[in-house]
Amino acid sequence: MSNPEYTNAVKEFLYKMADDQLIIGHRNSEWTGIGPILEEDIAFGSIAQDKVGHAYNIYQLLHEMGEADPDTIAFQRDEKDFKCCHLVELPIGEYDFSLVRHFLFDHAELLRFEMLSNSSFEPLANLAKKFKGEIKYHVFHANTWIKQLMNGTEESKARIQSSFNSVFPIAFSIFEKSPLEDVLISEGVFEGEEILTNKWLETIRTIVNSCGVKLPDVPDKSIGYGGRKGYHTEYLNPLLLEMTEVLRSEPGAEW
Amino acid sequence: MKIISLDPRIARLSDLPEESETVIVEHEEGWITFEVFHQKKKGTRHTHVGIVHAPNAEMAIVFAKESFARRGPTTNLWVVKSEDVVATDYDDSDIFDTTPDKQYREAGFYKTRNKIDLLKDSEAHE
Repeated sequence: MSNPEYTNAVKEFLYKMADDQLIIGHRNSEWTGIGPILEEDIAFGSIAQDKVGHAYNIYQLLHEMGEADPDTIAFQRDEKDFKCCHLVELPIGEYDFSLVRHFLFDHAELLRFEMLSNSSFEPLANLAKKFKGEIKYHVFHANTWIKQLMNGTEESKARIQSSFNSVFPIAFSIFEKSPLEDVLISEGVFEGEEILTNKWLETIRTIVNSCGVKLPDVPDKSIGYGGRKGYHTEYLNPLLLEMTEVLRSEPGAEW
Repeated sequence: MKIISLDPRIARLSDLPEESETVIVEHEEGWITFEVFHQKKKGTRHTHVGIVHAPNAEMAIVFAKESFARRGPTTNLWVVKSEDVVATDYDDSDIFDTTPDKQYREAGFYKTRNKIDLLKDSEAHE
């Protein structure tokens, strides 16, 4: 199992998952203080913190596999070294946009980590079991809000539908394969993005149909691809600059 | 328009209706108040921890989770509409005052310790 191709495939896979968590966590934390109501402000901030925590755990695992320490990985890499998908990079927009992104992303997360709890790579299977409760709550939170707003006013329904129209196609960027995915599948680390995509589609179709959302057509799957190879939207770099602003103001400072 | 204050909280007061006008809030026009009960461990009692405002019970659970179950162990939460709570009247709180000359109503009145010790002694010697 210690052949270099296997190790590289696992590392690449861990990086893309952790980077998704870190960037969505940072994005969602931008709602802190300006959320629609106090309790939701706290809820969304708390979910964002969970995501950053998941990123930390995966970076820590990478560190144990010989990569840099989690802080260095998170704050001192170039944009091209990030492997996050385009969906998580997009600005927060209006609250309907952020909620729909949260709904689509976290349903994929729940299914992904359910699959990974059976991974042949034991440290990852253990992490998947550890994250289970938090992600289950994130999905419960997202479902509750989508249901609530689809039972609300004409405006709330129209805004949720319109966000589904714009976010759904880009959500497929989550499922862009990492370059060495075949190795992951043959070694039993992960069943693959294609199986995950189908499970995800089935789950969210059931929920959105019951709420009255019309899911747009499944797009040509190349929409929003590139993130897993280090090609990003114009929005990632400003986010990274903001995230590392304090660190760069006093490099090497003791906290 | 006359500027009453530069503080928006005070300036806003001028928009309130005249005192003679009664503001009637219809049932469930605003959000509903829910009482939140928190349980640390299965089998132990739920403890009242506070309230949340939410449009329905499901959202109340989401808000209660964030407000009251983020720190420390939690195994279960209840939310109950405040309006469903039946309470005594504070004006009647004298019903809880009892006169002190009825010691026979209190457990401490009965000197059972001696009798228990005697019984244990006698059992030990059997």
